[in-house]
Amino acid sequence: MKKYLWLLLIIIAGSACKKDNFDAPGSKLSGRLVYQGTPIEVEYNQVPFELYQYGFGKIGPVGSTFAPEGTYSMVLFNGEYKFIIPNGQGPFKWKQLPNGAPDSMTIVMNGSQELDIEVTPYYLIRDHQFNVSGGKVNASFKIEKIINDASARNIESVSLYINKTRFVSGADNIADPVNLGGGAIADPNNVTLSINIPASAQDYVYARIGLKIEGVEDRIFSPVMKVQL
Amino acid sequence: MKKIVSILSIATLLIATEGCKKDSEFLDVQPTSILNNDQAFADATQTLSILADLYNRQLDFSGLDNGWVSFADFSESFPSENGQSGIVQRNEWGFGAWSNWDYGYIRDLNLFLERCAAAKTLSQTEKTRFLAEVRFLRANFYFELVKRMGGVPLILKPLLYDYSGDPTYLQYPRAKEHEIYDFVISEADAIKNDLPVSVTEKSRATKGAALAMQARAALYAGSIAKYGANTPQVSLPGGEVGIPASMANDYYTKALTAAKEIIDGSAGNYALYKAKPDLAENFASIFLDKNNNPESIFVEDFKLRSGRVHNFTVSTQPRYGAEEEEGGRINPSLNLVQAFEKLDNTFAPIPISDGSGDPIFYNNLLDVFAGRDARLAGTVILPGSTFRGRPVDIWAGYELGDGTIITGDDRGAQKTLPGQSSPTQVVGFDGPIMSKEFTAQSGFYLRKYVDPTPGAGSRGTNSEVPFIRYRYAEVLLNAAEAAFELGQTTDAAGYLNEVRERAGLTIPLTAADVTFDRIVHERRVELAFEGHILYDRKRWRLAHITWDGAKMTESDLLSNLGKANKRSTQPYGLWPYRLHDPSSPNHGKWTFKIVLPSLVTGANRFRMGNYYSFIDENIRANNPKIVRQPNQ
Repeated sequence: MKKYLWLLLIIIAGSACKKDNFDAPGSKLSGRLVYQGTPIEVEYNQVPFELYQYGFGKIGPVGSTFAPEGTYSMVLFNGEYKFIIPNGQGPFKWKQLPNGAPDSMTIVMNGSQELDIEVTPYYLIRDHQFNVSGGKVNASFKIEKIINDASARNIESVSLYINKTRFVSGADNIADPVNLGGGAIADPNNVTLSINIPASAQDYVYARIGLKIEGVEDRIFSPVMKVQL
Repeated sequence: MKKIVSILSIATLLIATEGCKKDSEFLDVQPTSILNNDQAFADATQTLSILADLYNRQLDFSGLDNGWVSFADFSESFPSENGQSGIVQRNEWGFGAWSNWDYGYIRDLNLFLERCAAAKTLSQTEKTRFLAEVRFLRANFYFELVKRMGGVPLILKPLLYDYSGDPTYLQYPRAKEHEIYDFVISEADAIKNDLPVSVTEKSRATKGAALAMQARAALYAGSIAKYGANTPQVSLPGGEVGIPASMANDYYTKALTAAKEIIDGSAGNYALYKAKPDLAENFASIFLDKNNNPESIFVEDFKLRSGRVHNFTVSTQPRYGAEEEEGGRINPSLNLVQAFEKLDNTFAPIPISDGSGDPIFYNNLLDVFAGRDARLAGTVILPGSTFRGRPVDIWAGYELGDGTIITGDDRGAQKTLPGQSSPTQVVGFDGPIMSKEFTAQSGFYLRKYVDPTPGAGSRGTNSEVPFIRYRYAEVLLNAAEAAFELGQTTDAAGYLNEVRERAGLTIPLTAADVTFDRIVHERRVELAFEGHILYDRKRWRLAHITWDGAKMTESDLLSNLGKANKRSTQPYGLWPYRLHDPSSPNHGKWTFKIVLPSLVTGANRFRMGNYYSFIDENIRANNPKIVRQPNQ
């Protein structure tokens, strides 16, 4: 009797596995936000993207946010997807339809692929240099205005942040904030900012420059740089 | 044998007659647990019981019976409960925060209107009042929805699916944001004269309640129209979010008219509560005194020993001497405390140090808060004050002459001070102790709505103080703001001065003193912890400026006081210390330090996508006509 009980349990377990489980998705879609080869640096968890797949009834997106370096990755099932970046997101322009909705990019997944997302940022931070002197981190950099047509926007402010970890932004900043108003930038080709380093046991910090564009919520950043104190 | 036959025949006869019901009659047996519409609306008492349920389902931002946490957040207080530290550790609100889409409630309101109108045995007077009440509840709920979501589908009758397989005829688009506000305003006009004029009726709708709702709704719409121009990206091309700037003045005019109708007394003799001579106690009593309160207009009421009570006092009472082993969860922040102005109408930080930066020593704890707006002591339990006749025990420790701090990590901990031979208490039984829940980690406890009645702080009895949804002081503030925005600054000053005089600010404001900063400030301090701050900051488009995600330094905290654009992203505290230095003339006196509680590791950030809450994907998938919110 006991023998049959074990057999029964095994059969149930085995058949349960077959009927209840789907195979996990296995096609990895990854890449980064770029503009003509230059990666777009953004704030952690602030710039989302969405993927839609039609033909399965209810429509709703899967998606995530871009990493600070502008990279993204999703593991998907094979099939055809539409990719968008929602309106108002990102320090860049994403193509829009005439009715104002974001245009979609079609991505066909058939196994894993690398796909860079080309966008047009309003500004880019170039030639950034950081050094330490006099208890401050000094940054010098160049601001390049990328969009110059009718949809161009002004610089609201540019800021320097430092933090003990690689996440550096307005909320992740251990020093008193340093902001320079857009109107006070004398020469965009040669901007310098300095920030006081608070006392800490760590002998290095991570520094990042952030630029706020008027009328756009998300900032564009320089890459995060480790600065030895 | 004969006996058996006769018994059997009697038995058969009985069974036969019992069984001789027609089959169709069997199916006519009435259910004993379901009322049909005629029965439900048969008389006024029965109908009122249905109406009571509809009243209970009203949605407030904060509620005494939906958790103390609904009163915390926004850096106006520190949440002194370990499970809620997330409020001060997170760096932003999710886009879904404050979202609501309760069309089930709207359907039930619409069904009531349909069925009550068709009721056969209710009198016309009874029907008129019930219908007006439910129209009020419906308008008030649409107001709540538009505050959170912007324009929503405006459904005014119950909808029915015809099971034809094609539900597209049920897919309604979102109305424009201003259309919902217009609906709330027009409903108030339509029903106000069908509602009773009664200052003592507070838990059911009255003419005063309808006008108060109308004044607030019109004011909100006017400010979204005007200040929405500062955030053009917070809008949708179809008008579901955002109101055209050209509509601002009409809304402000409407708000002022509605407020004046209450102020002039035609909806009843509402007035500011001024029953107690001590101004701070008077302000606190607005929220505790049920029986003699000309100020509250529409409340959510409770009653002892009825099952309808709330545990807000249990959660928030001062910990020391509390009737339960808990309390103290809402610690108002120094950000709010220092905002209360001095009696000469100026703003200044709490004076803890002199011009050269040296600490000032005070004989009594309360002295440092002296000479301020009485609403401070009426809203906040300050160190050195009492609750229920018993002194609260809020002090952080001893400071020695060389600056060393002696304190404990338990409530009322004892240590031996230098020069003494036996241990003595070195920290208050109410704290503040860093990270210790239920202690006053900001150095303050909440006073507003905390009920000193014996038993209110015990779980078995709880409290019956009502939650005030609309009150007369807010009507005056609405009138002041509307008048200010219409350029009538003299009238605006008059309304503000009425509210301020009750708070002990007897030097009146002149017309020139009334600025946008003043309006914003007055609403904050009068209506603190009443569920207004989020909606006010949203409609003025100040939310992303006040809560901009940047951490606050101490100089940040102390600067820009009284200004509408002041940053307030982290709740700070003020901790009292007693000097222990027998050689000093200040020995035994109190000194204060500004402290950021160590659990505050995040900074509030309000993003553009938070202005209008996320509409769930299921809703949009079921109805593709629903336009998604902007900036999310």
